[in-house]
Formats: sequence, C-alpha cells, structure tokens
Amino acid sequence: MNLHEYQSKELFAKYGLPVSTGRVVRSSDEAVAAAAEFGGDQCVIKVQVHAGGRGKAGGVKLVSSEEEIRAFADHWLGNRIHTVQTAEDGQPVSLLYVEEITDIDTELYLGVVIDRSTARVVVMASAEGGVEIEKVAAETPEKIFRASIDSGLGPQEYQGRELAFRLGMAGPQIAQFTQLFMNLCRMFEELDCSLVEINPLVITTDGNIHCLDAKVNIDSNALFRHPKLAALNDPSQDDEREAQAAEFDLNYVALDGNIGCMVNGAGLAMGTMDLVKLRGGMPANFLDVGGGVTVESVSQAFKIILADPEVKAVLINIFGGIVSCADIADGIVRAVQEVGVEVPVIVRFDGNSAEEGSRILAESGLNIIAAATLPEAAEKAVAATKVMAAA
Amino acid sequence: MSVLVDKQTKVICQGITGSQGTLHTEQAIAYGTQMVGGVTPGKGGSEHLGLPVFDTVVDAVAATGATASVIYVPARFCYDSILEAVDAGIELIVCITEGIPTLDMLRVKHHLNGTPTRIIGPNCPGVITPGECKIGIMPGEIHLPGVVGVVSRSGTLTYEAVKQTTDIGLGQSTCVGIGGDPLPGTHFIDVLQLFQDDPATKAIVMVGEIGGSAEEEAAEFIADHVTKPVVAYIAGVTAPKGKRMGHAGAIIAGGKGTAEEKFAALREAGAQTVNNLAEIGELLKDLNLSSS
Repeated sequence: MNLHEYQSKELFAKYGLPVSTGRVVRSSDEAVAAAAEFGGDQCVIKVQVHAGGRGKAGGVKLVSSEEEIRAFADHWLGNRIHTVQTAEDGQPVSLLYVEEITDIDTELYLGVVIDRSTARVVVMASAEGGVEIEKVAAETPEKIFRASIDSGLGPQEYQGRELAFRLGMAGPQIAQFTQLFMNLCRMFEELDCSLVEINPLVITTDGNIHCLDAKVNIDSNALFRHPKLAALNDPSQDDEREAQAAEFDLNYVALDGNIGCMVNGAGLAMGTMDLVKLRGGMPANFLDVGGGVTVESVSQAFKIILADPEVKAVLINIFGGIVSCADIADGIVRAVQEVGVEVPVIVRFDGNSAEEGSRILAESGLNIIAAATLPEAAEKAVAATKVMAAA
Repeated sequence: MSVLVDKQTKVICQGITGSQGTLHTEQAIAYGTQMVGGVTPGKGGSEHLGLPVFDTVVDAVAATGATASVIYVPARFCYDSILEAVDAGIELIVCITEGIPTLDMLRVKHHLNGTPTRIIGPNCPGVITPGECKIGIMPGEIHLPGVVGVVSRSGTLTYEAVKQTTDIGLGQSTCVGIGGDPLPGTHFIDVLQLFQDDPATKAIVMVGEIGGSAEEEAAEFIADHVTKPVVAYIAGVTAPKGKRMGHAGAIIAGGKGTAEEKFAALREAGAQTVNNLAEIGELLKDLNLSSS
C-alpha cells in the first residue's frame, strides 16, 4: 500500500525524523490560510499523488504570493497529473501539501528496502540525491552505499556513522544522521514497511539534515496488525478496475492490447499473456481468478475485462487442479449469459475433468470456442480479434 | 530415488481441522502420503480424518515420529506456526498459505540459520514425489513417477510443466513449488543442488517468473554446478514495469527483474529455454532421455 507524502511525513515526525511543518489542504482558501499561518515570504506547495516525478510535471512549486497559491491550487485540484511514473491518463489530484520552505545546500538520497537475495533489510544512501536512484544504480553503482541490517540484532550505530562519513558529512551531522538512520530502521520494522525513500534528504544551508520528501510503502499483507495505517489508504489513487477486482479477490492489471485474459494462477496468467503476444496478439490485461473459481468470480472477471472497450475477444485458460473444469464450465456458461458477453470467448481447459468441461461449453449453444491446447487457444483468440477488426 | 520426500516420509498437518487442512489432508491420504497426525491447539486428544490431533507440534512429533509438516493456517498465524515446527525439530516444513507479511518471513529465515529445518514456500503448491508422497495442493493425477525434476515459483504453471512431462511419458522424480513470495524459504539453487545430486533425476525443468534475481542466481549456479540438462521457462515477458502480477514477488522494480534478463542469464549458463510454455515437453523429448 502506498502512502501520500504528507502521510509519510506524519509517520516520520512520530519517529523523530526531521521534516518541515506542513498542512494538507483541499481548496485554494485552505492553501492560502496554511501559507499565512507559516508567515514568511515563500512556501512550497505540492500535489499529493501516489507517483514520483511530480516536480518535472509542474506539481511542485515555490510560491511567494496569494495569487500564485490560488493559481496553483485552482490548476491542480480536481485535475489529473501525468508524470514519468503514472499511466498515460495520470493520477487524480484532490489534495495539496503546503510546506514551510527549506534552504538547501546539498541533496542526498536515502532509502530502505528488503533485499530478496540476502533476506535482509538494506539501507541505501547516495550523495546523488534528487535524481532517479535507479539511474544512479545502473550507471554509477559505486556511488550507492549500503548497510545490511542483521535481522536478529537490528541496526547498529556504527552502520549509520559509516554511511554518514561516506556521504561526506562532518561534525554534528554525523550524530544527527546516525540518529535518523536508527529511527528510520525502527520505523521500517515496526510499521511493516516494504519501502521507504527520502529523495532528497538534504543538508540545509545552516548545516542540518532534513527530509525534504518522503515515500513510504506498507506491506499490504501486514495491514491486519496496523489498522491505523490501513485507514490511510486513498482508493482514489488506485486504478479503478484493479480496485474493483481486488474487492472480489481477483488480481487484475490493465494492459494495452485487445485480448482479455482470464486465467487461474498468477504464473499461468503471465504465461498465457506471453503466448498471446508470441502468436501476434496483444493481451488487454492480466487477470488471476485464483484457486477457487466460482460462477461469482468468473462473472466479476468478465465484467471487469469487458469494461475495457478495447477488448475484442476473451481467452480463458484454466488448469483444473483441485477444482473441476466441469464446474468451471458451468460457471462460464452462466456468467456469459448473465453478463451478456458479446465478444468471442475462447476457452482452453486442462487437468481435472477437462473433457467434460469442454463438452458442456460446446453444448451450451453460446459463442464459446473450445481449444484443445493453449497455443491453439492463443491462435484462435488472435484470429478472433482480427476477424472482429475486419468486420 | 527422489528428493525431499518419499514413501517413508511421515507428515503432520498444522491446521488439520480447518477447511483447507481437512480437504488437502483427505487428498494426501488418498494419494498414499503417510499422514500421521495433525495439530490444532485446543483440539488435542481428538481424532480427525482417522488421524490423531495434537495441541502442539512437539506432542505430535513425539507421538508420531513425523519429520515433515504441512501448514494450512491463515497468513497472520503462519509466523508462529512455522517457528513452532522449527523448534519442534521438524526437518521439512511446507507452507502453502499466501499473504504472509514479508518481515515475518525475514525473521523466520533468520531464525532458521543453524537449524536443520528446510522450509518450502510460503505461497506455493507444495512438494510431490509421484507415486510416493504428496504434500500440498497440487492435483496428484497429473503426475507420473519418472525422471524429470521440476522446480517452479508458480502453482498452475507448475501443473502445466508437469502435465507435459507426463504426456511425453518421462514423468517426474520430484516436483517442488518454491512459491511466489519475495522471500521464499527454499530457492531455485537449493532445489537445483538436490536434483543434481539425485541419481533418479535425469533432467530439470525450471519455471521462473519476473521479479527479484533468483533466476539469475540460479543461472550462475547452473553454469558452475549443474551437469544435467536444464529446460527453463520464465513467465512475464508482457508484464509492465512496476506492477505486481498477482504474486507478491512478481514485480519488475526499478527496471530490474525482467523476463528478458532472466532468459538471457539462463541461456548464457547453458540452460535450454523455451519462450512458449507449451513447448517444455517437446524440448525435453528432444533430449532423448530414457524414462527408466
């Protein structure tokens, strides 16, 4: 689960990480009032969306007058912002964050991730702050410093000091950074984070260390023990169909093609998409209906897939394990009737009761094309979209 | 011969009285797995599916001599159940459950260091030695005792590979689903080593997917240590970056973990790769292995 910057900074503040004073606002009036509360000549105003790259997209601005604040707020609130990290249609903006200004001397990078190879929490730091860290990692990996946290002992102060010296810090900054490092690691563990990024972490003109941005992702599987964090979820930032699918325990990811895919199992769903592409088609989506395929879940899956107007055919690939293909065939027939599916549906069954399942589909009298093998199913689906396109 | 489990393996089920535990224990018994008991705290002393139920894993091990445990408890309780099995001296834990917090697995893996316990999973179909022992949720009937070792991060995709090796008559020595989570208890490398050392395994099918670098690490291991033929398939060529594809571990993060990189690493290591998952069987057939 992704958090907004303002939510992440509230968590930072609770863990003693240095952040600026800020107010989250929903209107231009509130933005102006927040700025007035801070006093001073200038403040920073930022759109709050679940995506990076806001600055380059015009979603972060240094403002020095009420007019500028209103212009920014009126432009963005209720609008969508497109950044390098968003989909083509961007993310909706309904919240802004107004923050006191920070005088920056140096920009650094600090991040915490789980390293899958070593099964450890790893803190990464770099003096190349404010830019895409992936780019630094790819082009100049020697500029990224790492501290691997022992899962039994937790973070150690020497590891924080080491990073501080590597980053070129000196004097009181060393102790400041070490404290920040310890608190950051404690927060990562206590809140079941899957990612924390401070990009940039800055050294201010008066020599203090400060978190200018904050990105926190929480492990969704751990939300059962963090009800307060679960309440921070902002569904407006999720893809509508993905959120709808999740409600029915379906995993859905929208793609650009025109062949809707419905598959049991995540790996097989990817494999099916790949095969569609190999046969000259383009998948419209990833959709895993999970292990317990029911009439209800198949109906929901159809509704979600067909909500995409690009979809010209639906390819269903089911490997019956514990679940019998005959039961699934019944479910598909009923779902096709219920939902009123008008595009061709190509079904490939294998495993448990596959033949009986195919027979049920053939006898249904519906526009359902049975395929004996997966490659055949993919070919038929691709052919069906070409026929549709020609018609 | 086989790896990890065989006819002699005595298995208990943690969460045996739950719906999943009941369903899959019944199926395991029907397959011929030596199920010897189950654990549900508070139900010790009772009987379920004709098996004794114990309050604790320690009790179950003491009474039955079980060396393997399969876990079907809800995700939030898995951390506790796994540690209980480790501390009771269980040698092989197979955890089927999906949705365990990543930091729970991180702590489990730390705790595992220095113990003789191996964990398969979580978020996996389990492990099966055809005709001998089935621990998990895979459909037993698609398997055939034979010579191909199968290791995979996915469930139904494993069944695809298994079915193809059955259809061409080669069958499987053992099939191991290592699971789709970011921190699996057992990695490709561990299973590759087992298959390399197993005289009954004549070829290996490895099914990977996007996310992480386990396939790249496996490729390195194959180049250095595996002399048996390896047929590899990676799912997710069409997966977009930054999106989680169903499995918690299946995500291309920061441009790393793509299917192309994994295919390339495996090819370079000498593995034979297929980009069409339906061709795994055909490629194996071309190896001219004998099925005995």
